Amino acid sequence: MKKSRAVFLSLTVVAGAILPVHADSFFTDARSLERKKEVAPVASETYRKGCGECHFLYQPGLLPEQSWRKLLDAKALEDHFGENAELSDNNRLAILDFLVANSADKSNYKRSKKIMASLKPGEAPLRIIEVPYIKRKHNEIPEDLIKKNDKVKSLSYCDKCHQQADKNNFDDDTVNIPGHGNWTW
Amino acid sequence: MRRYLWLVASMAVAQPAWSVTVDEAIAHYNPHGTLALNPKHGDELWHQKNTGEDGKERDCMTCHGQDLTKPGKHVKTGKVIDPLAPSANKERFTDLEKIEKWFTRNCKWTYGRECTDQEKVDLLKYLSAL
Repeated sequence: MKKSRAVFLSLTVVAGAILPVHADSFFTDARSLERKKEVAPVASETYRKGCGECHFLYQPGLLPEQSWRKLLDAKALEDHFGENAELSDNNRLAILDFLVANSADKSNYKRSKKIMASLKPGEAPLRIIEVPYIKRKHNEIPEDLIKKNDKVKSLSYCDKCHQQADKNNFDDDTVNIPGHGNWTW
Repeated sequence: MRRYLWLVASMAVAQPAWSVTVDEAIAHYNPHGTLALNPKHGDELWHQKNTGEDGKERDCMTCHGQDLTKPGKHVKTGKVIDPLAPSANKERFTDLEKIEKWFTRNCKWTYGRECTDQEKVDLLKYLSAL
C-alpha cells in the first residue's frame, strides 16, 4: 500500500514536471510571472483575416466578454463605427468565440485585470478607449499629439504609437509618438 | 505515378488550400452557367456614382483610387488598400471568402444595397483583366 502510494506520488510529480502544460496552467503561472505583465498573447487566423484587413488586431483581453458580444452582433457589424464590417455567420461566430474565450474578464494578465477593476459591474464599453483604465492612461497626452497629429489622428490606432502593440506589449517604454518621439511620464 | 506525385506536391506548395482562379470565382456566382458575362457592364458599375449616407458622391474609386495597379486609400480611415488589378497584385481574386466578404461590405457602402450575382460576375470579369 505504502509502496504503491509512493509510486503514484512520484509519478504525479514527474508528470507535472515533464508534461507540456497549457499557457495558463498553475505550473506556468508559478514559473513565469513575467508573462502576465501585459495582455494575453493569443492569436486566431480567422480573427486576423476577418478584422485585421482594416484595423489593428485589438487583443481580446482589452475588453470584457459583453463588449465583444455587442461588437460582434450581426446587426452591429453592419454599422461598425460608421463602416460596414459584415462577416459571414460562420466567421463571425468563430471570431466571437475566440474573443469571448480570451476576454478581459477571464484573463489574469495585468492589463486585463486593471481594465476589469476600472469598469463598473456590467459595464461593457464599445470602445477600448472608453475603458476608464485606458482613458486614464492616455488623458495627459495633449490633443496636438493625437487628434491634431496627422500621423496619429485617433487613440483608436494603438499601434501608431505603441511600437510593440502587435507583440502584446503596451509598456510606456515602447511608445513613440510619430512626429514627436518617445513619451515618458 | 511518381511523376504525378511530384506534380501534386508542387501544387500543394505553390497554392494555399483556399486558392481559386478568377474563372472558379466567377463559376461560384454562376454555378449553372446561365449568366452571360458582360465586362462592359462591370466597367459601368465600377464607375457608377451614387450619393452616400453622408450626402457626398461616392463610387468604387473613392477608396480604390483611379489607377487600380496602384494602392488605394480608404476615404475615411486612410488605410492603404493593396492594388486591385491582378497584374499588379497576384493575390487578387484568389480567395473566395475574401471576394464575398468585400462584395457584401462594399456593394452596400457604394450602392446602398447588395450586388446581384450578375453584377458580381461582371465586376469580376472587368476587374480581373486589369
